[in-house]
Amino acid sequence: MSPVLAGVLQLLALIAALALAYRPLGDYMARVYSSDKHLRVEKWIYKGIGANPNAQMRWPAYLRGVLAFSAVSVLFLYLLQRVQGHLPGSLGFTAIDPDQAFNTAASFVTNTNWQSYYGEQAMGHVVQTAGLAVQNFVSAAVGMAVAVALVRGFARSRTGELGNFWSDLVRGTVRILLPLSVVAAVVLVACGAIQNFAGIHSVGQFFGGSQQWNGGAVASQEAIKEVGTNGGGYFNANSAHPFENPTPFSNLFEIFLLLVIPFALTRTFGQMVGSIRQGYAILATMVTIWIGFTALMMATEFHHHGPAFDIAGGAMEGKETRFGVGASSIFAVATTLTSTGAVNSFHSSFTGLGGGITMLGMQLGEIAPGGTGSGLYGMLIMAIIAVFIAGLMVGRTPEYLGKKIGTREIKFAACYILITPALVLVFTAAAMALSTPGHSMTNSGAHGFSEILYAYTSGANNNGSAFAGLNADTQWFNSTIGLVMLLGRFVPMVFVLALAGSLAEQKPVPATAGTLRTEKPLFTGLLVGAVLIITGLTYFPALALGPLAEGLAS
Amino acid sequence: MTTRIDNQEDAVSTTTPTRAPHSDVPTGHKDEGKVGAGLFDPKQLLKSLPDAFRKLDPRVMVKSPVMFVVLVGSVLTTVFSFKDPGDWFGWAISAWLWLTVVFANLAEAVAEGRGKAQADTLRKAKTDTVARRLSEDGTSEEQVPGTELRVGDLVVCEAGDIVPGDGDVVEGVASVDESAITGESAPVIRESGGDRSAVTGGTKVLSDRIVIKITTKPGETFIDRMIALVEGAARQKTPNEIALNILLASLTIVFLLAVATLPPFANYAGTHLTMVVLVALLVCLIPTTIGALLSAIGIAGMDRLVQRNVLAMSGRAVEAAGDVSTLLLDKTGTITLGNRQASEFVPVTGTTEAEVADAAQLSSLADETPEGRSIVVLAKEKYGLRERHQGELAGAEWIAFTAQTRMSGVDVDGRKIRKGAAGSVITWVKEQGGTVSTNAEALANRISEAGGTPLLVAVHDGRGARILGVIHLKDVVKDGMRERFDELRRMGIKTIMITGDNPLTAKAIAEEAGVDDFLAEATPEDKMALIKREQAGGKLVAMTGDGTNDAPALAQADVGVAMNTGTSAAKEAGNMVDLDSNPTKLIEIVEIGKQLLITRGALTTFSIANDVAKYFAIIPALFAAVYPGLDKLNIMHLSSPDSAILSAVIFNALIIIALVPLALRGVQYRPVSADKLLRRNLGIYGLGGLVAPFIGIKIIDLLISLIPGIG
Repeated sequence: MSPVLAGVLQLLALIAALALAYRPLGDYMARVYSSDKHLRVEKWIYKGIGANPNAQMRWPAYLRGVLAFSAVSVLFLYLLQRVQGHLPGSLGFTAIDPDQAFNTAASFVTNTNWQSYYGEQAMGHVVQTAGLAVQNFVSAAVGMAVAVALVRGFARSRTGELGNFWSDLVRGTVRILLPLSVVAAVVLVACGAIQNFAGIHSVGQFFGGSQQWNGGAVASQEAIKEVGTNGGGYFNANSAHPFENPTPFSNLFEIFLLLVIPFALTRTFGQMVGSIRQGYAILATMVTIWIGFTALMMATEFHHHGPAFDIAGGAMEGKETRFGVGASSIFAVATTLTSTGAVNSFHSSFTGLGGGITMLGMQLGEIAPGGTGSGLYGMLIMAIIAVFIAGLMVGRTPEYLGKKIGTREIKFAACYILITPALVLVFTAAAMALSTPGHSMTNSGAHGFSEILYAYTSGANNNGSAFAGLNADTQWFNSTIGLVMLLGRFVPMVFVLALAGSLAEQKPVPATAGTLRTEKPLFTGLLVGAVLIITGLTYFPALALGPLAEGLAS
Repeated sequence: MTTRIDNQEDAVSTTTPTRAPHSDVPTGHKDEGKVGAGLFDPKQLLKSLPDAFRKLDPRVMVKSPVMFVVLVGSVLTTVFSFKDPGDWFGWAISAWLWLTVVFANLAEAVAEGRGKAQADTLRKAKTDTVARRLSEDGTSEEQVPGTELRVGDLVVCEAGDIVPGDGDVVEGVASVDESAITGESAPVIRESGGDRSAVTGGTKVLSDRIVIKITTKPGETFIDRMIALVEGAARQKTPNEIALNILLASLTIVFLLAVATLPPFANYAGTHLTMVVLVALLVCLIPTTIGALLSAIGIAGMDRLVQRNVLAMSGRAVEAAGDVSTLLLDKTGTITLGNRQASEFVPVTGTTEAEVADAAQLSSLADETPEGRSIVVLAKEKYGLRERHQGELAGAEWIAFTAQTRMSGVDVDGRKIRKGAAGSVITWVKEQGGTVSTNAEALANRISEAGGTPLLVAVHDGRGARILGVIHLKDVVKDGMRERFDELRRMGIKTIMITGDNPLTAKAIAEEAGVDDFLAEATPEDKMALIKREQAGGKLVAMTGDGTNDAPALAQADVGVAMNTGTSAAKEAGNMVDLDSNPTKLIEIVEIGKQLLITRGALTTFSIANDVAKYFAIIPALFAAVYPGLDKLNIMHLSSPDSAILSAVIFNALIIIALVPLALRGVQYRPVSADKLLRRNLGIYGLGGLVAPFIGIKIIDLLISLIPGIG
């Protein structure tokens, strides 16, 4: 079988699996967030944190919940790393430096999972499981909670109540992420991923010398790493490491895991706003961009010229022979379009244009399908912008899902789309203008620039994957990327929740023949265009000087 | 409803003003099928040039964030060109950036200029008048300037006088020439009491004497407000315009960031970007096309209403008109011609149709009501009975129609013929000693059930008193209304007919006209309740009205169009005034509202889609020298980097001028579903916006490369 055919078949298998899971998972999540009942374990948690899960919150209260919880999480994770030397099961590792501890805390709480450390050389069992793995769950649940709050804003009217943050957070964790992760971990163990609390083994190498192999609860962390679109690997090599991702099947399974919730949330959205077809339209937009990017990536990676490429059947540098060009391309696109940031190959080693595709994928704002929750709300914001412009073209002041997109709504949406480009461009420019940050580059020329552009793109969009090559463990990068991750996560959430509150207060406008039909393919096409033009064009000059300059050089 | 003098002789529609310059008959619009185009004369561009330069004032420019950025950019490039005066490129870019700003101002100035002409005409009407103020006890008069009048003053106007201010007639009746405001030369009647009491300052009393109670302070009169409106002085940004401005501002900031962060990237790549080049890139990327035309679109939208003799008191109302999903239309005058008309003569058993027609005609000659006239007309048209005049029949005694007897007729040659309301005629027949056949009653009932009004024709001759037959009076739905309502339905607008008729009659007319719903036996309270009910469901409601009792409903409706012939209370309550007093115009107002929004959306889409081509022109021009691979992006094969950048800037400036006519005229609107509209506009302005600049920039580059020393 040719590598191209194998790649295409894997993609088709992936689509089939996602399609099978779409309805049951999407409907289940809608029930989770709409149900009145609390599980017993949930009641214990509410009692423990002293929250009333039945109190309806308006947007400022909901936001306070999000921010307070996340602030406590950052602080806790920071302290845990700082006292690592005194913790049991620390495998002899000492405290993490303040700048790196800040960066890592910000990274895991923001669902980014940017890692400026080497997991196997820095983090013991307690920090990995009680710190990082816990955040893998709750940071994903926070994203889903905010998305659900926005969906409620569309679904509800003449109220301002968006639900209860604590209840959404706990339910997302207990009823969605935990069960999915348990099943996924078992499958991964069956595939050969490790799951133990063993220490570090020193193993003799074939050609002499010795190598250190760490044990750890890898399969369980791997499961939530993908399911929660986190991406922070137990090992530095991430999903390219055989303990994390042993076989081509586990590889495909991991891609499935990182895509399944973001896609299925569109079904949840459709259910909750009372129109499955509206959910399909958003899904279709995400799928169009995802398939388009995957096809482009395969095309660039398979059809790269040169003798070395031809012998290997494509651009194999930095890619695992277990997976090949096809599966690596599918993984790279899925991970950068979902804010996951796990990698099974090194994006720096992709062809110039391939590297550009991973960057553009993140720069779209992680919306196709995006992170758990953040993908849905990001895409809904873009839908509001698209509706605003297209709605005018049908001769009405714009409305989406029966809600008017007026001055207040457009103000919040416009601020939302402003944040990430501002963070990426300003911090990249600062890094390029100052003398020290440049020392972290491994490469010179356009590729070196790509390393830095990629780092801030990944941080601001809460992706977390690295281009490799950049030494990010410096005070400058730890601090600035940490800051960028926090701002890129929580400032947009402020606008999303404010928008949700504003929408929930409105009375709905009934649809007529004069209303823009947002469930039609035409609207999907428009939304794809709006995403590509409005967000894509922002980065065109920067991309031209990095991946495009490199990719078009030959 | 109001009566205009010349209409009194008009047999069919006494109560409908039919001389609206923009056609009252809906079929007139069917051929166009769209909102009509305003005229645009290229000479206006030249005439408005001085205004365009005056608008360069930064305090004015700052109101449009996009164009303000261009202004700052122009200043910057000019300053940098002075530092390097030998560089033709810097000067060329600076010149075209200044032109971009001037073109934007020109668009606004042209839009405003069209209103100014109208304002000048209005000002002529507002010449200083001398008012004849009555003293408190009403016995003596004093002459005071019109500007000194206060609310509550009583003034006298006689034939030839100009009404000194807005007010209500409290005494007398007069014919008034309102052409100064409405452009309509036929005079109208104004009289004390009722719904025809309002007079407007600046209009001229043609006959008789009236006493007017002043209701508006000088300077705030209707004519003052009109002048301010058409001049655009009172123009405030509408909610949707503000929202669009926010979106454009945020896009501007995004592109500002994209350009401002470029120098460090370029320095690393080994090339230095000059300020001129950076500004050129920025101006090309920010949405200048829509930024330049946005206010012109708004002014032109109001202007299109003014051209149709509709004054919108706020731009908000025009936008709301585009959103209207329920139209309340008065039956009389809007859906049907003014009055009921005879449609057939139905004989009772034993008589012929011709006999009934003959008797009906004779008995109606003394009936000057529209119904009576319509009987004579029907007899002539359908039965060929020549109209006889009262004088022709010697010895005839005419019994004129009165509201009390509800009958008319004639006694001639020993025959007594009567025609009138069923009850009256039956009583008459019985008085004359005749009997009423059950057949006649059955016929009358049948007509009632079909929504018509039966009039009975009876005769008392040698054979005794008896009913001859029944005249079927029915409301006549205006031509083309059904098509119009179908159109509205396709646009997603529901029409509700409002009528004082009983439900049976209302239903029959509603079905014939093709409206979606009706409100029968409507009281002002019912109307109000209906509006509130629709609004509670999230719908926007538009209605017309003219009476004082319409005022609360007009105020409650999202778009309330008051008829100019209506009371001042109604005009005060509504947010638009139709100077032609033509209720059918509500449909046009909705279309104009939609057209305004579509034009905004279309030009925004066009503006954003343009960016793609500009990148393909400028990025290779900037960086192909250091990264030769980027020359592959130069898909237009532009002749040189300088020429590429300059061409993009020139295209960016010229497209503004090219689109001024479209902004003023508005994008063509057709009453079709939202889906079809979107597909069409997305095709033209979305795809067109992607492709057009590739072609435009290439052509400009070809021309530039012909200039010696460049290219």
